[in-house]
Amino acid sequence: MTRRTIISILAPLLAVILAFLVGAVVIVFLGQNPFYVYRVLFSNSITNIDGWGYVLFNATPFIFSGLAVALAFKGGLFNIGVEGQIYMGAFAAAWIGITVNLHPILEIPLALIFGMLIGGLWGFIPGILKARFGAHEVINTIMLNFIAMALTNYLVNNPFKEQGQINPIPQTKELYSGAIIPRVYPLFNRLGIKMSPSVPLNYTFFLALAFCFLTWYLLERSRWGYEIKAVGLNPKASRYGGIKPEFIIVLTMFLSGALGGLGGINDVMGYRYRFLDGFSHGIGFTGIAVALLGKSNPIGIIFASILFGILDRGALAMDVFTNTPRELIQVIQAIIIIFVAIGNELIFRLLIRLERERE
Amino acid sequence: MIGSIFSLEVLASALRMSVPLAFAALGGVYSERGGVVNIALEGIMLVGAFGAVLGTYFTGNSWIGLLVAMSFGFLIALIHAIVSITFRINQIVSGTALNIMATGLTTFLSRLIFKAAGSSPHIEGMTQWHIPGISGSLSPLMVIMFLCIILSQFIIFRTRYGLRLRACGENPFAADSLGIDVIRMRYSGVLISGALGGLGGAFLSLEHARVFVEGMTTGRGFIALAAMIFGRWTPIGSFGACFLFGLAEALRIRLEGLGIPTQFIQMIPYIITMLVLVGVVGRAIAPAYDGVPFEK
Amino acid sequence: MEDRYILETRNIVKHFPGVLANDNVSISIREGEIHSIIGENGAGKTTLMNIIYGLIRPEKGRILLRGKEVNISSPAVAIKLGIGMVHQHFMLVPPFTVWENIILGKEITKRGGLDRDSIYSELKKLIDDYKFNIPLDEKVENLPVGIAQKVELIKLLYRGAEVLILDEPTALLVPQEVEELFETLYALKSQGKTIIFISHKLKEVLRISDRITVMRKGRVVGELDRDKADEKTLAQLMIGKTLEPIQSVVSNRQEEILRLEDIKLPPKLKQVSLSLYRGEILGLAGVEGNGQKELLDIITGLTLPEDGRIFFANKEVHHIDPRMIREMGIGFIPEDRQVMGLILDFSVAENIILGRHYKPPYSIRNRLNLPVIYRDAKEIVERYDIRTSSIYKAVRFLSGGNQQKVILGRELSFDPLVLVASQPTRGLDIGATEMIHSLLLEAKRNGMAILLHSSDLDEIMSLSDRIAVMYEGEIVGVFSPKEVDETLLGLYMTGVRRD
Repeated sequence: MTRRTIISILAPLLAVILAFLVGAVVIVFLGQNPFYVYRVLFSNSITNIDGWGYVLFNATPFIFSGLAVALAFKGGLFNIGVEGQIYMGAFAAAWIGITVNLHPILEIPLALIFGMLIGGLWGFIPGILKARFGAHEVINTIMLNFIAMALTNYLVNNPFKEQGQINPIPQTKELYSGAIIPRVYPLFNRLGIKMSPSVPLNYTFFLALAFCFLTWYLLERSRWGYEIKAVGLNPKASRYGGIKPEFIIVLTMFLSGALGGLGGINDVMGYRYRFLDGFSHGIGFTGIAVALLGKSNPIGIIFASILFGILDRGALAMDVFTNTPRELIQVIQAIIIIFVAIGNELIFRLLIRLERERE
Repeated sequence: MIGSIFSLEVLASALRMSVPLAFAALGGVYSERGGVVNIALEGIMLVGAFGAVLGTYFTGNSWIGLLVAMSFGFLIALIHAIVSITFRINQIVSGTALNIMATGLTTFLSRLIFKAAGSSPHIEGMTQWHIPGISGSLSPLMVIMFLCIILSQFIIFRTRYGLRLRACGENPFAADSLGIDVIRMRYSGVLISGALGGLGGAFLSLEHARVFVEGMTTGRGFIALAAMIFGRWTPIGSFGACFLFGLAEALRIRLEGLGIPTQFIQMIPYIITMLVLVGVVGRAIAPAYDGVPFEK
Repeated sequence: MEDRYILETRNIVKHFPGVLANDNVSISIREGEIHSIIGENGAGKTTLMNIIYGLIRPEKGRILLRGKEVNISSPAVAIKLGIGMVHQHFMLVPPFTVWENIILGKEITKRGGLDRDSIYSELKKLIDDYKFNIPLDEKVENLPVGIAQKVELIKLLYRGAEVLILDEPTALLVPQEVEELFETLYALKSQGKTIIFISHKLKEVLRISDRITVMRKGRVVGELDRDKADEKTLAQLMIGKTLEPIQSVVSNRQEEILRLEDIKLPPKLKQVSLSLYRGEILGLAGVEGNGQKELLDIITGLTLPEDGRIFFANKEVHHIDPRMIREMGIGFIPEDRQVMGLILDFSVAENIILGRHYKPPYSIRNRLNLPVIYRDAKEIVERYDIRTSSIYKAVRFLSGGNQQKVILGRELSFDPLVLVASQPTRGLDIGATEMIHSLLLEAKRNGMAILLHSSDLDEIMSLSDRIAVMYEGEIVGVFSPKEVDETLLGLYMTGVRRD
């Protein structure tokens, strides 16, 4: 058991290291010192409490996004539409937040549920198109990304635009206090962890952890998770086992979309307290890298999200303190995806050969 | 009003809008006919757009820009080919990763080289050709596009190469049993799609916008794939579908005057794409082994 | 004195995991003859042909072409040497036209493009020479099977094949097409071609062959001239003698539990009616491809019949699907266990609950009841002696025999009234086979009805209370094991006799 665990961590770890090596080569090529650049990248984030606070704050949306992609993967599906689900879910939650003003105990769950429903809808659509018509979900989810961005852009510019705003980017008005998810520093300070008030880490992070657990529970302990995984691995045998693959496909995409719908909560309800047009800069796509790196496993996803959270935080510093543009991170991300995929494949084949000889 | 919708001006505009799509869709045809799904066309177009600006900016010659665009596209396609054909990694994963890489890489290089946030400096577009007797100018790239489409229709359906390529997509085992190198054929299809996609991106930045802007492809690579499906994986059919998408794009500007919010018009190409895929506009059957890694 | 042997194999040996497919096989084919190689499933004929055609390499042995040793490393080499093979599953590109399929890989071009005129004239000449009748412009996917087969033949002739190997060529043909094929083969023979005809259908083989080689269990057991062969001799050689069959316990046959009336599913299933009784094993014998797969798919709810009625416990049932089947009390051991029966990357425990995972005791209100699942899984692993280091391990890593035991354990553990077992011991070693046999007999004794589909006649003979033989989509005979021996069964299986 432990040998298998070691091998399965090996591939992602190697992939990350290799990707950073490639990045180092690029940096050298640019005439910079990779050690310096990487030090800047990491030093701001993991050496102090506040840094960690920012890292976890950054990681929060990645966790939701990674869970969404991972759940779809387990079902044998590709949800490339998390970006759109983020926007739709975030706007839905924001709408509750600016329309009604209730006590947080009521309003926050209400906003979350509504966000999940609308995000789920955004997953349901490609799901049913696949189940009924066999339309491949990849292009459909991507199309819905663009549609979601256009739709929310419209909504934020017209009916819900904030009056008399100074910000050049359109946004809604501020959420009612009932929909605000508070920051964690008061709690941490009381526990003896000295976090400054400027750290935006908020309870959404714990919500993300909770959903990690829920997703794990769904996949490993519930009948539906069993069926989702079965269909993802072998639809034929599943059919023999009395499972209806068409239904499971729709269910999987709905749930995946619902998780994606929560990806924007960290920003809308926990940081900006309003919906800002275009606030997500590729969270949905980072989710793909996170899911692959974390091998669709909730614990792995948490670690991968933290890694990308560190990179995000460091990217800012990279821009300021070095001459290496921060987009190198994105390139490294993509290289990670490719290396992880190749590594997974090679190790899978190796494992099969090893284990076969044992039995 | 109908008259204004179908005026010559609109049609000309539609044609111009369809050029980048048509190049990419044509590239998709080569790749998928050979049996490899190329989701990375979006990223290929993007690097092509960037390469065109890069080449033109530094040499002042937009034809060099075209060459750079084609080679950048070719390189991205090469990675996709190696990962998905030789390593047999899932083609969607590979394509998606390359799209992310292209986005990051182009912005990265743009900031590095042009030191600009978000967009490159403006460049001179391609010198237009003037045909005596026809008023207005003709874009050389558009001519190249038409040539490529007509040539490709011939290549794919009437040459030995095209026959073998299609065999690799429909039944690679049969092709293999007759001594055809399926791997090599599939590589060729993907690499050609890289060059063509690069040209499509080049049109965007050289002719359309005269500048490189981050992420300027805005999903055109995926729309091109839908056009390819709609066009039944043929060069001429794909072009027809691209023209329709170009028409929708051209009409957008007209429709804006009618009071429909611009964002909803923006959505039209994407919604049409989804309808196409569902088969509302006709059932389309992909090459039988499209997307299936080949293993002896 | 050596005749003109165009092709010979000497002492070919080939192993596959767990089975000796070719055991010292030596055959000799004369030039210009039609030579049939017959044998049951698993006799080794296809392996031998694949070796001759370069798809597989033998471990030992030589191949001689016109007396000279050759090394056939790939189909391309075989074709160059003049050997061509038409497989059971055609290697054609369905949306391509006939002429495109024929010339693929050996195209005639002019200035970069396909030279249609030259192609046409050359193919037309070929068609006329051999008196074929095929529409060059038709898409292969629109052609009937018989014509598609001719396309495969022309493909080989176009490439200059002198030796043509046909693997079970009549498996997919209707009688008229079979006649046409024979015409074609005679024509080819008169043009000097050599034909190797692989088949299990004795009547056809006796009609068309000049000489016949019989294989059984990987060995050559006979080589006869046509006029020295007859059905009985061939059937006996093909199927051979068995040890005394285990006399199963006298059947305590009870009431009828499953009845099929006039089930039809063209083109493979012409018309089948049968009854299954509790406490009885009904053996379904026949060579693969005679409709058994379609019949089983209907019984297990994967396909709907085009016509006919199904009765379970005397009540008619409609529109059955796999879940209904299980709820009614029918268990199924599929033929292709790795694709249909198991989810390879699921654990042993997860595979054991497949099919009942959504009900108590394994799921309570959609929550998996892990303690009970693991308890039952451990129990089944013990009861059926499934060798695995843990029930949490993916089934992929188990041996074939143990994988089969997982399926068997799963299906038997919910006490079905009917068990459909398709090739239950295929690929398993003696120990596993015996265990499965005794489990089946025990289940029968406890009142289960078992439909046993197998290509292994020994198995059928020793386990069944009744034996039904299928040939070309119909049941051509039903016997008790005491009434028949293998030879007689062979005659029914190969279409020579029918009731």
